[in-house]
Amino acid sequence: MSAFAAGQAVRIADRLTIGHTRVPSYVRGAKGTIERVLREFLIPEDDAFGRPHGRRQTLYRVRLAAHDLWPRYRGLASDEVQIEIYEHWLEPVEEAKQ
Amino acid sequence: MSESHDHEHGEHAPIQTHETPGEWEVLEIAVRELAIEKGLITADDHRRLLEGIDGASPMLGARVVARAWVDEDYKKRLLADGSVAFELGIDNYDRTNLIVLENSPQVHNFVVCTLCSCYPRPILGLPPDWYKSPSYRSRAVRWPRAVLAEFGTVLPDDVSVRVHDSTADMRYLVMPMRPAGTENWSEEELAKLVTRDTMIGVTVPRLPSPPG
Repeated sequence: MSAFAAGQAVRIADRLTIGHTRVPSYVRGAKGTIERVLREFLIPEDDAFGRPHGRRQTLYRVRLAAHDLWPRYRGLASDEVQIEIYEHWLEPVEEAKQ
Repeated sequence: MSESHDHEHGEHAPIQTHETPGEWEVLEIAVRELAIEKGLITADDHRRLLEGIDGASPMLGARVVARAWVDEDYKKRLLADGSVAFELGIDNYDRTNLIVLENSPQVHNFVVCTLCSCYPRPILGLPPDWYKSPSYRSRAVRWPRAVLAEFGTVLPDDVSVRVHDSTADMRYLVMPMRPAGTENWSEEELAKLVTRDTMIGVTVPRLPSPPG
């Protein structure tokens, strides 16, 4: 059972890592929304250490607005970066109450 | 025939190397020889894998895109599940998980792997050198429109750009838009318009210029 659903607001964790991960530093701490839920995969932090029966986590595609990622971004408000992030790198974001 | 075989030889550099293999090459040979010795794989398994890797080319992806252009039902299934691409007899030798991204008049997709060189190899072959360059990898997500312009692709002001950073378990194939004026073209003719770079998304298919 996956913790997040398509359309949900999330934040990508801002963490320092020791060893291998597949979360590039430019997206750490970024807020976005779940584009789609993929399936479970072996996490890279275990895979990198040759643990093929290591921990598995749901993988998601996350959409990030280019203007949120980059100060002084030149392009449309709708320009996006989409990237795959494993569940243990995602945090829920409370939607602001109006 | 052999008597008249007198064209010039020796123009190219001699095909030999005096370099000793690097650390990674030595490691690969050692692991491979051990795996064969222990019976985990055979030498023929290894040879067949290399043959498959070298044999894949963008022509395979072009067939998938052309099929989707002429067959609406196939296209719907392909966009819902990228593994449909391998129905056309394409050997998915590394069990690539594929997502197909459809370009539209509103959205232009293109693909980068900022961390290394992840690429849908069974369907496009090996990635071009520029795809692996730090310059492309670092700039595609930061200045996508400028990078596209360097490839000669200037997006209109009303088209959104969507950069896909292919860094984990999925691989991506861009399905470009079918060019206008190809309504009566056959699937085979259409496939010739679909080049490697149109499926990475750094350019779009164009009709050949009329002669003269």
